[in-house]
Amino acid sequence: MATIAVMFKIDGEGVAPALQQAGERLDKANGHAVLDFSTVRRVDPAALSAMQELAATADGRGVKLALRGVNSDVYKVLKLAKLASRFSFLS
Amino acid sequence: MLATLSDERIAYLEGLVRQARTAAAVFTQCTQEDVDRIVKQMVLAGLEQVQYLARLAIEETRLGVLEDKVLKNMVATEFVYNYVRDKRTVGVIREFPERGLIEVAEPIGVIFSLTPITNPTSTVLFKCIMAIKTRNAVIFSPHPNAWRCCYEAVRIMYEAAVKHGAPEGVFTCLEAHDLQDNAYLMRHKDVGLIDATGGPGAVKAAYSSGKPALGVGSGNTPVYLEKTADPDMAVVDIITSKTFDNGTICASEQTVVIDDEIYDLVLKKFADLGAHICNEQEAALLARTVIDPATGFMQPLVVGQKATDIARAVGLSVKPNAKLLIAPIQGVGREHPLSAEKLCPVLAVYRAKSVDEALRVCVDVNHAGGLGHTAVIFSTNDDIIRRFSEAVNAGRIIVNSPGSIGALGGVYNDMVPTFSFGCGTGGGNSTTDNVNVYHYLNIKRVARRIPAHMWFRIPNQIYFNMNAAENLRQFASRSTVLITNPALEQMGLVDIVRRYLPEQTPLHVSVIPDAEPEVKVVLEGVETLNLFRADQIIALGGGSVIDAAKIMKLKYESPQADLEELAAPFLDIRKRVVQYPTEKVNRARLIAISTTSGTGSEITPFAVMFDKQSGRKVTLADYSLTPDVAIVDPQFVMSMPKGLTADTGIDCLTHGLEAAVSIYASPYTDCNALQAIQLAFKYLPIAYEHPHDEEARTMMHNAACIAAIAFANASVGVNHALAHAFGARFRVAHGRANALMLPHVIAYNASVPTKFMPSPNQRAYSAHKKYALIADLLGLGGSTVEEKVKKLITAIEQLLDQLAFPRSIAELGISREEFERAVPDLVKIAFDDPSWRTNPRMPLLKELEGLLWSAYEGRPATQHASRERTA
Repeated sequence: MATIAVMFKIDGEGVAPALQQAGERLDKANGHAVLDFSTVRRVDPAALSAMQELAATADGRGVKLALRGVNSDVYKVLKLAKLASRFSFLS
Repeated sequence: MLATLSDERIAYLEGLVRQARTAAAVFTQCTQEDVDRIVKQMVLAGLEQVQYLARLAIEETRLGVLEDKVLKNMVATEFVYNYVRDKRTVGVIREFPERGLIEVAEPIGVIFSLTPITNPTSTVLFKCIMAIKTRNAVIFSPHPNAWRCCYEAVRIMYEAAVKHGAPEGVFTCLEAHDLQDNAYLMRHKDVGLIDATGGPGAVKAAYSSGKPALGVGSGNTPVYLEKTADPDMAVVDIITSKTFDNGTICASEQTVVIDDEIYDLVLKKFADLGAHICNEQEAALLARTVIDPATGFMQPLVVGQKATDIARAVGLSVKPNAKLLIAPIQGVGREHPLSAEKLCPVLAVYRAKSVDEALRVCVDVNHAGGLGHTAVIFSTNDDIIRRFSEAVNAGRIIVNSPGSIGALGGVYNDMVPTFSFGCGTGGGNSTTDNVNVYHYLNIKRVARRIPAHMWFRIPNQIYFNMNAAENLRQFASRSTVLITNPALEQMGLVDIVRRYLPEQTPLHVSVIPDAEPEVKVVLEGVETLNLFRADQIIALGGGSVIDAAKIMKLKYESPQADLEELAAPFLDIRKRVVQYPTEKVNRARLIAISTTSGTGSEITPFAVMFDKQSGRKVTLADYSLTPDVAIVDPQFVMSMPKGLTADTGIDCLTHGLEAAVSIYASPYTDCNALQAIQLAFKYLPIAYEHPHDEEARTMMHNAACIAAIAFANASVGVNHALAHAFGARFRVAHGRANALMLPHVIAYNASVPTKFMPSPNQRAYSAHKKYALIADLLGLGGSTVEEKVKKLITAIEQLLDQLAFPRSIAELGISREEFERAVPDLVKIAFDDPSWRTNPRMPLLKELEGLLWSAYEGRPATQHASRERTA
């Protein structure tokens, strides 16, 4: 049976709070959640910390997280911060 | 050692690394403008606190001089900023459009940085600025006895940086640490670089960690005060430097070697300006206190102390304002303890009786613990400065300035300001540079494809068509030597030439054997040229005669030319190792008159010699070999025998075909190659069948020259490499050897290569398309590239049959066994031959062997097959 992923739009101006909100609503995801990063131009240490927490929460709840629309600068940050492997990436 | 770290401690260290890693990752998003803004604000914040930090350093370390530490902090901020402010360190940092190169900065990430006790806060300020400028995060590990002041310096820099946009966690300072912490972090997989400014132990640990490291070595700066120096300036500079921060800078002067003539004067000047000159007994006492007799190294207690305090500790009676303690020494090494490094205001001096002795002692000091670091010379004699700089091994050789402040850079000279002196391999370091922002970057080079520069070179003058030799009249000469072979002389061709020469020209005829020239023949020819003091050489003959004349001219004009060396292999004529001589003791014009229609030697830069000893042909290639004048006059070929007509004609066709598909082919050579191929296809059969047909002879003679114009610039290919090897081994005429290989080589080049030939000028593999184009020009038909190539091969086979060429090597009477024995050598020789270097397809040894066997087995007969051939 096909599963429908829940989509969370991440606000480029407030990445960390948006990720925290997504974490709180992760229960609604039916095994899959997509975080839409298409408006995120930069991430700061707080955002990375929030992503780390979100990934841990998702692991605990058996939810697979996918990031959509990640630009190459942000992708590089995730790679350097060793967070890229915690997510899958969608175009 | 790592096993003793507690879990809590490891968790703490891991936390530091994680924080730094995250900061470094986030930092990659900052622009040049971002980092420049942050750096400026950090520098301003640092400048505000220079005195505060200097005071903290003095209080904590009890080393140095407050005022000097303030100055150091200012250099570490203001001077370093002045250096880095305009430097690009983000994104594209340098562009070299003419080279198609762009350099792009990539941060290192996490840097683990050790800082010293001697320059604690200034080193921290310096490294923080470098790190932010390059978007790196740093974990600092200060010297334990300078931790508080360093921590404060890190805090001031960190707060300013984060306030203006740097990521949180960009700087951290290891707390209450020991060597185990350092060892753990030095080996941590997420630490990208260790920057160890500290003692030899720390530097060694950094380099032993297996991580990329910047480490400074210890110093032992020799100074040569040479008799031409300004002694007033030298003495003031040395005192300024050696007393700066009580001598804590490792680049400061340690032993001054003074020329005998000025020794007493210099010592008096030192004394006049506040130095205490020790007598022998005082020097011995000083040595025992300053240098640990057990190790030969300075006692830590004296580092950065005042001269008067050291004197008091030693028991010397000195003036209350003594700045410096100077101790004469008689040599260098453990028996002369004060020749070692002394990071305090204690200076050794040595009286040298000669420049050589002075340089020897400086080298000894340099090698006694200061390799790669710093050396100083005071002199106005440029030659002695040069000799000094060649003698000592020092990353910084400071001329007529203070060593310590000079080495810091940016004050007394234009060196890069630094607080970290690279000491090169002599000091166990990876660089001799003053460490700067570029050492905190990975520099990526974006290299665009650039087409290689090409050329088109031919003789200045080419005269062609019937009676073109009349143009000889215009060349005045005081002495002309004509080189030819016996047959041509007998045929009366020399007389024709003689008729065209200006009447007053003395002409001397030198007849050489009709074969590829051997060295002996060349040298005899040079003797003739020397005997007649020739200013003009006329080569009348085929390729062998003209090639001989080219080499004779070379040796006549440049007797030092080493033919064996000049024949050295090369891949690209522009980058060859061996250069042809440009110095000439004689000058002679070379006029080449070709008597065959094939080699094109009259206009090419090549000359083939036969090495009798090895039985190999040796090719010389250089544009200096190109004749000055070429005369392409068909009257000299009208009586060419059929066999020679065919052999040389096929050589001409092969030149055109190989030049057309060469990786050096260009629009300049293509037009000539294609024209020559068309002419050869049309006129070679006529010239062969009707030797007296003037038009056919003329056109074939022109075709040979035009093909040569193409291959003189685009070169040839595998066909020639194989033909040279095979022809030399079995004494088969060059054109015939080419003919045996030609259909097989075209099929080979037209197929998909096993290995492509690197060639920046070729956008795609195009040999098959070039062959198809040739087939079109010849009107051979075919609708696909493959068909056209096949038709070209068939047309060539038909031509070869028409000219009665053997269809296989076997037909020459060479047995399979004999050939089989020869093949390994032929392959080796062909692969050594420079001809294939421009072949479109890179030949594998196995493929060369395959081609040789294809030529042995031969090609099928065509409907044009003719077995009749007369010599």
